[in-house]
Amino acid sequence: MSPAGDAPGPSTFIVDLTGFNGPLDLLLSLIRDEQVDIYDIPVARICEQFLGRMHQLQLNEAAEYLEMAARLIRIKAQMLLPRKEGRDDLEDPRAELVRRILEYQQMREVVDVLERLGEDRRSRFARTYMGQPAAPPPAPLALSLTDLLVAVDRVLRGVKRPTIHEVIPRALDVDGAMATVRAILQLRAHLRFRDLLRDDSEPWEVLSALLGLLELAKRSEVHLMQPRPFADVEIRRELAGEAA
Amino acid sequence: MNSLAKLLEAALFASPRPIATEELAALDPESSPAALQSALDELREHYNVDGHAVELLEVGGGWQVLTRPEYTEAIERAQMAVRPTRLSPAALETLAIIAYRQPIGRADVAEIRGVDVGAVLKSLHERGLIDVVGRAEGLGRPLLYGTTNLFLEQFALRHLGELPRVDELAIALRRNGDDVVLAADVIEPEPAGSEPAVAMMGASDAATEATESAPTL
Repeated sequence: MSPAGDAPGPSTFIVDLTGFNGPLDLLLSLIRDEQVDIYDIPVARICEQFLGRMHQLQLNEAAEYLEMAARLIRIKAQMLLPRKEGRDDLEDPRAELVRRILEYQQMREVVDVLERLGEDRRSRFARTYMGQPAAPPPAPLALSLTDLLVAVDRVLRGVKRPTIHEVIPRALDVDGAMATVRAILQLRAHLRFRDLLRDDSEPWEVLSALLGLLELAKRSEVHLMQPRPFADVEIRRELAGEAA
Repeated sequence: MNSLAKLLEAALFASPRPIATEELAALDPESSPAALQSALDELREHYNVDGHAVELLEVGGGWQVLTRPEYTEAIERAQMAVRPTRLSPAALETLAIIAYRQPIGRADVAEIRGVDVGAVLKSLHERGLIDVVGRAEGLGRPLLYGTTNLFLEQFALRHLGELPRVDELAIALRRNGDDVVLAADVIEPEPAGSEPAVAMMGASDAATEATESAPTL
């Protein structure tokens, strides 16, 4: 349950510049200052002083003080009315006020007790449990360039020297391969792909031979035939090409 | 110290809150209530006699190990622990009224204090010193407030019955007793161990009747 239903809202405006906790506190303080009997309050005098202090403390607009002032004035007026002797059934007009002041005074006494107890307890510490404090944010980096370079050096020392390959560009000699094929075909009617290659042929020579052959085939100078997959390629002079 | 007293000491050291006697009993189901009490006494004596800086106190319905007041200032100056903030006079007045007349509604508190208490009730509620304990029967069914265990704890009270009785308070109240009717219910001294039911400053009837349980909203 929350106290929201009873609407103790934030709208309440608390003025506590006076040192008094409300009109009853002020009234009680006046009664003490004047050393009057609480059961026989000289209402006229107290009322006058109450209004004076209100004015002095600039409480003229505080509703709670105004209400008390009005109450005092009313009691003061009632006191002026003649009362017949022996008519006890007419209550003293001050009775309600006295009851409230006494009640307030009683409560203030309890406040003194609570204050003492509270102070005593405040002066003792109990074991407290505090959750793990959050890790502090990392401090901003404070290091010199030298520190940084030393650190980089240390890291690089631990790294294996990388293997560096030197790549030499090797141009394919497609034209040379084509010339070779043409020359051989001048001498022989047909040859095999393997005949173009030596056992120790470099990859570039194989590729050149292949591309040369394909180029010749495109130009219809040779006829390529592979009887079955992965079999050696047979190369013949293209008859049509020869005719052209 | 016997082993039970040591066990109690360890539990009290580990706990951030006061531990009720029944909870302490659960630490060692073998032990009788009498053994538990004598172990507590032994622990308290141990702290008192052997010159310890802490002492064992019974507060807020439980037992708690607290530092002795003479070290408070030094500890606080070194910022190792912080004392709770002092309550304002307005808050103390309100708390005093609620402590004696609970359950009590906002209007009745305001009536006694002579000022509106909405904001003070809110802050006391936020500090956990009072709580809503029910609703009155009257118009608008206003909320009724009562003090909490934390209240007892923060004022080092074992129970509400430890607050001074009204007839122990202002002597002025009993003079001319027939003129002014106050402090209607002078309660009997609390039987040891019973739940205190304090209604000292003549709790209003409406409030007393609606103490049962918090009705649904």
